[in-house]
Amino acid sequence: MAPAHEHIVRSFDENLEQLRQTIVRMGGMAESQLARAIQALSRRDAALAGEVVRDDSAIDRLEHELSHQAVTLLALRQPMGVDLREVVSALKVSSDIERIGDYAANVAKRAIALSQLPPVKPAYAVPRLARLAQDIFKEALDAYVHRDPVRAIDVWRRDEEVDEVYTGLFRELLTYMMEDPRNISPCTHLMFIAKNVERIGDHATNIAETVHYLVKGTPIAGGRPKGDASSFEVVEPPKEA
Amino acid sequence: MEGLASAGQMAAMQAAAPDRPKIVARDINVYYGEKQALQHVDLDVIAHSVTALIGPSGCGKSTFLRCLNRMNDVIEGCRVVGDIRMDGQDIYDPKLDVVQLRARVGMVFQKPNPFPKSIYDNVAYGPRIHGLTRGKAEADAVVEGSLRRAGLWEEVKDRLSEAGTGLSGGQQQRLCIARAIAVSPEVILMDEPCSALDPIATARIEELIDELRANYTIVIVTHSMQQAARVSQKTAFFHLGILVETGDTEQIFTNPRDERTQGYITGRFG
Repeated sequence: MAPAHEHIVRSFDENLEQLRQTIVRMGGMAESQLARAIQALSRRDAALAGEVVRDDSAIDRLEHELSHQAVTLLALRQPMGVDLREVVSALKVSSDIERIGDYAANVAKRAIALSQLPPVKPAYAVPRLARLAQDIFKEALDAYVHRDPVRAIDVWRRDEEVDEVYTGLFRELLTYMMEDPRNISPCTHLMFIAKNVERIGDHATNIAETVHYLVKGTPIAGGRPKGDASSFEVVEPPKEA
Repeated sequence: MEGLASAGQMAAMQAAAPDRPKIVARDINVYYGEKQALQHVDLDVIAHSVTALIGPSGCGKSTFLRCLNRMNDVIEGCRVVGDIRMDGQDIYDPKLDVVQLRARVGMVFQKPNPFPKSIYDNVAYGPRIHGLTRGKAEADAVVEGSLRRAGLWEEVKDRLSEAGTGLSGGQQQRLCIARAIAVSPEVILMDEPCSALDPIATARIEELIDELRANYTIVIVTHSMQQAARVSQKTAFFHLGILVETGDTEQIFTNPRDERTQGYITGRFG
């Protein structure tokens, strides 16, 4: 928790507050981008997906703005202790949010391609995975806003769920592709979407780790539980009759 | 051969024990008349490192520094209670020669204070009165060596007979450092050595402090937290006569444990 008292130099507090506000704005934008990408995917709405792709540059612009604010603050204020962690954390969290924004745009791009292909059954399971990642991302941002290390640890643990669902989906997609080669095109797109969503979960846990460091000054102790076993998955093709 | 081997063994011993304390201070209480300026201070000063003492004005950091070479002895009404040992030897032992102690524990002050003598005499004086040099050749060697170590030799070698007070502020401060190291001290105390200097002269002194660490143990009082962060390996934070927190400089400036340290280094009070 940041010390309750304010800096002797008040404009220092204003600079730090500005930094936090930029992160909150970036986070809000990325959340909305992800929500709209999922919506475009489940409704097969190419127009909405197109908007998501177009709007990604707004997050990139905010990231540049934040880097500028952070570098200026480092140069002019030479922050120490929790203030230094605040600036370094803002830089890290902003690049995680920027990556999440990129992945949301990627999901939207593939949603455009999918909208032109016949629907396949796993297309309904992918948005479920995406909503899970979305939930974790939202929790991570809340932990940042409220400087809540307990919530951060909770988010950090929950990414395991995303990994497990992702592994299941991976198997399912492979099976569909083997059943009918016409499924390969849409299922490959879905596979990449699922991978992007799984990466969003990883960036959300990065944010959670940063929040813990910001508040406590130490990394979260112990290794993170990992549920992504897709690297080891093998699905045998059905035997010819 | 034997000499070489023992030097090697010494180096090996020093490498094996990098955190050997040079000075151990325990339960230090200092009073100016009725007023208590330091309360129950315990601090280890690690050999061949730079220890920075930081804290707001009147926190007791300079008082503590002056305990280390008994400069408080000369202040009327000042009383020091506690145990300070340098290499295990009690420096407040009544049998101890204070003049000898101050040769082993040199001091550099806030304002450069060269003697109103030539550059040469400023450096040669200490070794001569302590009987460390005999004759001109030995004195010349000590003067050159000390000025080189203080990073001043190249700038003054052609005008050693000129007055030390005619040098720039930064050069005067390096002259005072040369003067301090001329008597081969083990510890150098610095009381805000850069507060009267411009940023370039400050950078040169800081560079010098980092070099001197190889041969001396340094304790520095500074009001500049950036300076403490830049030059020291250990930092001790004093507040209202209490040693609040001490630790690796990196830890103190990135993740201080105590609320008061946090407040001070981040500029929230002081």
